[in-house]
Formats: sequence, structure tokens, C-alpha cells
Amino acid sequence: MSKFARFLGGAALAATVVATMPSAPFAEEPKRGGTLVQAIQNTPRHLNPAVQSGIATGEPGTQLFASLLRYDESWTPEPYLAKSWEVSHDGLSVTLKLVEGATFHDGHPITSEDVAFSIETVKAYHPFKSMFAPVEQVKTPDAHTVVVVLSQPHPALLLAMSSQLLSIIPKHIYGDGQDPKTHPRNSENVVGSGPFKLVEFKRDQHIILERYENFFIKGRPYLDKIVMRIIKDGSARTIALDSGEFMLSGFEQTPRDLNRLKKNPNLNVSNEGYAAIGSIVWLAFNTKQGKTADKAVRQAISYAVDRNFILKALMLGTAKPAKTGIHPGSPFYDDSVNGYDVDLDKANKLLDDAGYAKGSDGMRFGLTVDYGWAIVKPYAEYMKPQLKKIGIDVTVRASADFPTWAKRISNHEFDMTMDNVFNWGDPVIGVHRTYDSDNIKKGVIWSNTQQYSNARVDELMKLAGSTYDLDERKKYYAEFQQILAGELPIYWLFAGPYHTVANKKVGNPPNSIWGTSAPLDRVYLK
Amino acid sequence: MGLWSTVAERVGYGLLLLVAVLILNFALISIAPGDIADTIAGDMGGADASVIEEIRTRYGLDQPFYVQLWRYLSRVVQFDLGYSYFYNTPVTTLILEKLPATLLLVFSAQILAVITGTLLGVLAAKKPNGAVSLTVTFLSLFGFAAPVFWTGILLIILFVSIFPLFPVAGMMDVTVEGGFFVKTLDVLHHLVLPMITLASIFLALYSRLARASMLEVLGADYVRTARAKGVPERGVLYKHALRNALGPVVTVAGLQFSAVISGAVVVEAVFSWPGLGTLALQSILARDTPTIMGILFFSSVVVIIFNILTDITLRFIDPRIKSG
Repeated sequence: MSKFARFLGGAALAATVVATMPSAPFAEEPKRGGTLVQAIQNTPRHLNPAVQSGIATGEPGTQLFASLLRYDESWTPEPYLAKSWEVSHDGLSVTLKLVEGATFHDGHPITSEDVAFSIETVKAYHPFKSMFAPVEQVKTPDAHTVVVVLSQPHPALLLAMSSQLLSIIPKHIYGDGQDPKTHPRNSENVVGSGPFKLVEFKRDQHIILERYENFFIKGRPYLDKIVMRIIKDGSARTIALDSGEFMLSGFEQTPRDLNRLKKNPNLNVSNEGYAAIGSIVWLAFNTKQGKTADKAVRQAISYAVDRNFILKALMLGTAKPAKTGIHPGSPFYDDSVNGYDVDLDKANKLLDDAGYAKGSDGMRFGLTVDYGWAIVKPYAEYMKPQLKKIGIDVTVRASADFPTWAKRISNHEFDMTMDNVFNWGDPVIGVHRTYDSDNIKKGVIWSNTQQYSNARVDELMKLAGSTYDLDERKKYYAEFQQILAGELPIYWLFAGPYHTVANKKVGNPPNSIWGTSAPLDRVYLK
Repeated sequence: MGLWSTVAERVGYGLLLLVAVLILNFALISIAPGDIADTIAGDMGGADASVIEEIRTRYGLDQPFYVQLWRYLSRVVQFDLGYSYFYNTPVTTLILEKLPATLLLVFSAQILAVITGTLLGVLAAKKPNGAVSLTVTFLSLFGFAAPVFWTGILLIILFVSIFPLFPVAGMMDVTVEGGFFVKTLDVLHHLVLPMITLASIFLALYSRLARASMLEVLGADYVRTARAKGVPERGVLYKHALRNALGPVVTVAGLQFSAVISGAVVVEAVFSWPGLGTLALQSILARDTPTIMGILFFSSVVVIIFNILTDITLRFIDPRIKSG
């Protein structure tokens, strides 16, 4: 059992985790000082992750704002702003003790009031409603104690209190009555609680961060400064990483660029981490309209698609297979499900038996496959020649841009689509939304656009989402994955190959489950 | 017609054009599938249905097209370009933040293209069938035919990757410490590749134009007279002929200004140049209507002003023009 499992098992017994910052065995003593030039891929809308999710805000946001907990690379929660936490016997309340002496970047102390305010703000304004939905009340018995009162046991709570999902924001600034979503301090004069404070934010250019000297972890962060350069173009980032102009870049996923960078002896190219981001690339089916409403058709297509070919020829060995909707790096991933390894005979037989006879041209029927952005285009195009082998005439529908695609898919006007969806930590946050029959919502992208509904699956998600017992949750999620793999609302292909590219001069390159969307206070320059 | 009445007429037409530009573009953006709620949700890795609903109501996207258009136009009349949906910042602020970078790129590229183009054209016109002329023709056609993003990437590979002479992207290196002079040098250093890339498309145009126009002028009687009376060849070329040959170049340079701005969109994307082009691309992809409209408004104004300035310049170069 992993540490994660031990912790969650212990949580029900009201175990208390006492604060000691676990430190990885360093090969050498971290050095203080220096400026890290990091590449990020998109301009964030603003810098306040409490009201804006997404990686663009997460990478700078987790430097500016601290969360209550943080996670290492093996899903172990660690103290961060909370030095200890304790789940009550009935699982209906969580008591957290805050680090004493912690201050915001303007010197105001960080108190339980701020934490309560942050949780309430995130609950009301963050786009992921499932994170804090069961939170009924946040009590603040004293300045350093927070009691979160829940309407039902809520195992996703701990992950929802880490990284960019729960940023502790100052009440004295954001509590001034203005709408937090459009608050002017979201991008200017940001007063955070994290290891770095904001010096300058220039859209489409850079974000400059500087060490917060009174950060609550003594001696950290090691870096004087982080300069995040916003470079959308992948080849430009590759060249700059190659030449040493940039020292660090996270969330890199273009196979050709990655393989090129791996050849550079000055760089560490690592796929460690990102399990909580949980990016999965998949082929989604419309389970209500058209030929794909027939399970046999979906199964035949899945048998016809050669996942290994995609991994080898299109991903050039940079990605790992994902056989279900839960990321393979998650403790809940069930590897025993049917992965539909390629079998053209079986695929053809399934279609024959279901009564789809081949016409004189060798074709049974036609289907469309959509894609919305460049990186998933090759997989969509691969479907055409491959599915021709089982007599399905595939038309690849390109969309001019993301909103065009989102419009089609969210209005259920599609047969099949390539997609890339994130788990966002606990399955409750990012997995349930795709299969929950209550979440079939026209016009909402990344809802249950497959329109899949199964009462048992709904029930399993409810059960797994309301117990802290890891083994029980694993059991529920295993059945959940088995049913889904049988009914195939989606054919899951592989885990998005996020990599962190770091110059060898960078010590402790981030490798947590949140990748580079996590505090860089341990990073240093050799 | 006098100069001022011509200018007044042009300004009048310009205003009409602006209204047309705004209405047409607003319609075009509304026709495009998807809206800002989709992109905000996309940017956030998905969002709850209530969040998407709220975004649509907040920005009035649930209203019919004509209501949205009317609201927008009545604000623009009061010189209010509105708030960017995506960045939640006044559009004017966003544009003014980006405008200097684009103007720097566009002007330097335009000046580079006009000057080198003209000089190359003159050089080629000296011996219309000589080796120089052929090389100039070949090079300029090559630059004209090559897609601008391709030229840009090629230059990056050559001068960043293979011979690391220039920085790969952006407009400045924020880690550079130093005074105004050092920082200016740094910006110029970043400017070189994008400027050459953008200029490469127009170089062809100007050199071909200058060449043709020079050839025509060099055949004229007054050039023969100048030569006959013993004016040195250099004087004939640059004093007598060039000034007269410049007319078409200036006209086209003025009219091409809009093309330079649209070329800048692509060049900015390739070099991550933080200008209006990058902003335009981002806002189109995000369906950020107020920002796209604001940029189109600004660039229309700039193009109209340039057309008027071209008219005036031409009058100075060629006093025979009385009204355009």
C-alpha cells in the first residue's frame, strides 16, 4: 500500500499528521540565489487560481499563492500552510491547524479567516463545483484552526486543498465586495501567500516573480527570481531550451520536440509527475445518435484501432497507454480491464453479427471523427485508413479552432471525436463529469457529451465519492472501470505525455503529481 | 480641389468605412461557431454548467444579434471600446499596451523594405538584363513567394539554432540588466529577425516596382538630355530619375500599409512578438469580441490615416497631382 493509502486509511481513525517537511535525499546541498528562466505556453487570463482553473494560471498561480496541503510524486499529502489535519470519525468534518507566523506578501498575517474566505470563494466561483460542494460551513475557532464541516464524507477534499485548486487568498483584499472573478487585483499588485511575489505581469510577454523573504517555510524558496517567458510556439520553446536560453519548461508534449531535446546532454527530459493533472487522450463516441449508439459498433471500432501503433508511430514512444478514464498514474487505475488490443477479425465479426453488411465497395457505413486542435489531429487522421479495414468510411472533420469544435461536440452534433481531458486530482473532480448521467448538458464542453447513462455507474461514483476508505474506493472504481470498458462510451488511448524539460543546472526539478503547477520553492540553480 | 478639401473628403469616407468595418466584422464574429464561454471553459479545463451559463449572461451573449451590435456601436460612439471578456481589462488598455511593439515592427520592416527594395530596383534597372538584375529579380520573387511564417522559421533555424546570433523569441530579455541604452540594444537585437522576415514579402514588390518605374523614366527625354549635357551617371540615376520613379513606390507603400499590418500578425506569432497581431490571434481564437473589434477599429484608423498621408506625400513628390 502506498503512503497515500496509509494516510487515507488512517484518516478515518482520526490520525493526526504532524508537521515535518519531508525532504528528499539531496545529492548536494541546494544553493540559494539565481534567476530561473522558465517557459510557459499560454498567457493566463489573470493570476488568481481561486477563481480560474487551468494550467496557464496554475503555473504562476501556485508560486504566488500557497495551498493548505501539497503532494509529492507518490500521492502523499504533505503539510504546507496547514501543519496538520485530522478527519473526524464520522468523516463529516476536517480540522486543520495552520502554520503560525505565516504572512501574505503585504505583511498581513494569514489566519483561519483567510482560509475560510478562500474556501468560500473557491466554492462559489471556481469552475469545478464538485471540489467543495459538500462543504456546509467553515468554522474558525481560533486564528490558526479551521474546521471544515461537510454534508457527507468527501474524500476528494484533501486533493482539492492542494496545488492550484485551493489558493489561500487575502480576505482584506478580495473581500472588499467586488466580484472576485473580475477583481482588479487578480492581475495587478497581486498579494499572495506563496513562496514568490509578483514583480511584473506583461501579457504575451512574461511574468516576473521574486522570492518572498518572509515565506513561512524558513530558508525557502532558494531562487531569487523566476522569469516566466510566455512562448506559445512549441518549436521556439524547443530551440530556446536546446540553446540554454530557457532553463525549465513544463507540460511539454510534442513527441518530435521531446525526442530532440532528449538528445541534448545538458537537459533532463522527464515524464515524472503530472499524474494528478491526469491528462488522457481518447476517442469519444456519441452513444445516443447514429451508428455509434450501437455498442457493437463502438467495440468493433475499439478492436480496429491499434493503440500500440499510435504509441509507437505517432507518439514515438513518449506516452503510456491508458485503458480507462482514470489516469494510469492514479492509485485507482485498474489495469485489468479489457484494453481492446487490435483484432481486425473480431472487429469485422462484431459488425457482421450486428447486421452491418459490407456493400459492393467494401464499406458498411460512414462515420465522422472530429478534432479541435492540432496536437490530436494525427490520431483523428489515423482513424480513416485504419477503420477502412473494417469497412467504415471515416470522414475527418477539422474545426477551424477550439470554439468551433466545442460548439459541435457540446451540442452533441458528432459521431466520434478525438479529445484530451484531465482528471484534475481526485476522480470526483475530473472523472465523474464525463460519465455522470446528471451531467448530460447541452452547450457545456467536457460535460457528459457522450450522453452516456448507466444507473450502476452513477451509483458507483456516488459510493466512491463518499468514503475515505481507499480499499473500498478502489473496489468501487474497479467495477466502474470494468463496466465502462464493456460499454465503451469512450475508447481511451493513452495518457497525455506531459514532460518537464529542465536544464541540468536546475536542481530539484519539479516532479510532483501536479507537475510544474506546484510551488517551485525547492528548485535551485547549481 | 485644394489639399484641405481633399483631406476632409477622405476623412468623411474614412468614417463611413469605419462604420462598415465595425458592422461587418461584428457580424462575421457572430457567425463564427462557438463563443467566449466555450473558450473560457476550455482554458479552465472544463467548467460546471452553471459557470458557463453565468459567463453567457454576464457578457450578454444570450441576447439577439442586433441587440449586441447596437450595444456595441452605441459604446464605440462614446469612444468606449469596452472590456476584454478574456482578460477583463479595458480593450483600450490592452491595445495601447501592444501597439508600440507592432508599430516598431511594422515601421522598421516597412522602412527596410522600401529603402532596400528601391535601391535594389535602381541597381537592377541600371543593367536590366545583367547578372545583378537577374539576382535581384530571383531573390525578390523568392521572398515574395515564400510564405512568411516559413521564412521566419527558416531564419530562426539558421540564425538562432545553427549560428546562435539572435534570440529565439520575444521582444526583450528581462534578465538583461542595464540602463536605457543596453535595454534599447536588447530590443533591437530581438527586432532583427522579425523585421527581416516581415520586410521580405514587401521587398520583392518594391524592388520590382522601382525597377520597372526606373526603366520607364530612364527612357524619358529629360534623362537623355541630362546625360547629353554631361551629368555624371550617378547624378542621372539618383537625382533626375529616382525622384520621378519614386511615385509608384510611395503610392504602393502607402496602400500596402494594411498588408504590412496583416503580415505582422503572422510574423508576431512566429517570433512571439508581443504586439497587436499576437493579441488579435489570441482574441479570435478566444472569440473575445470586444478585443477583436477594438483591434480592427484601431488598425482601420491607422490604415485610413496612412492612405490620407500617402495622398499628401504624393502631392509633394509630384506637384502635378492636384486631387487624388
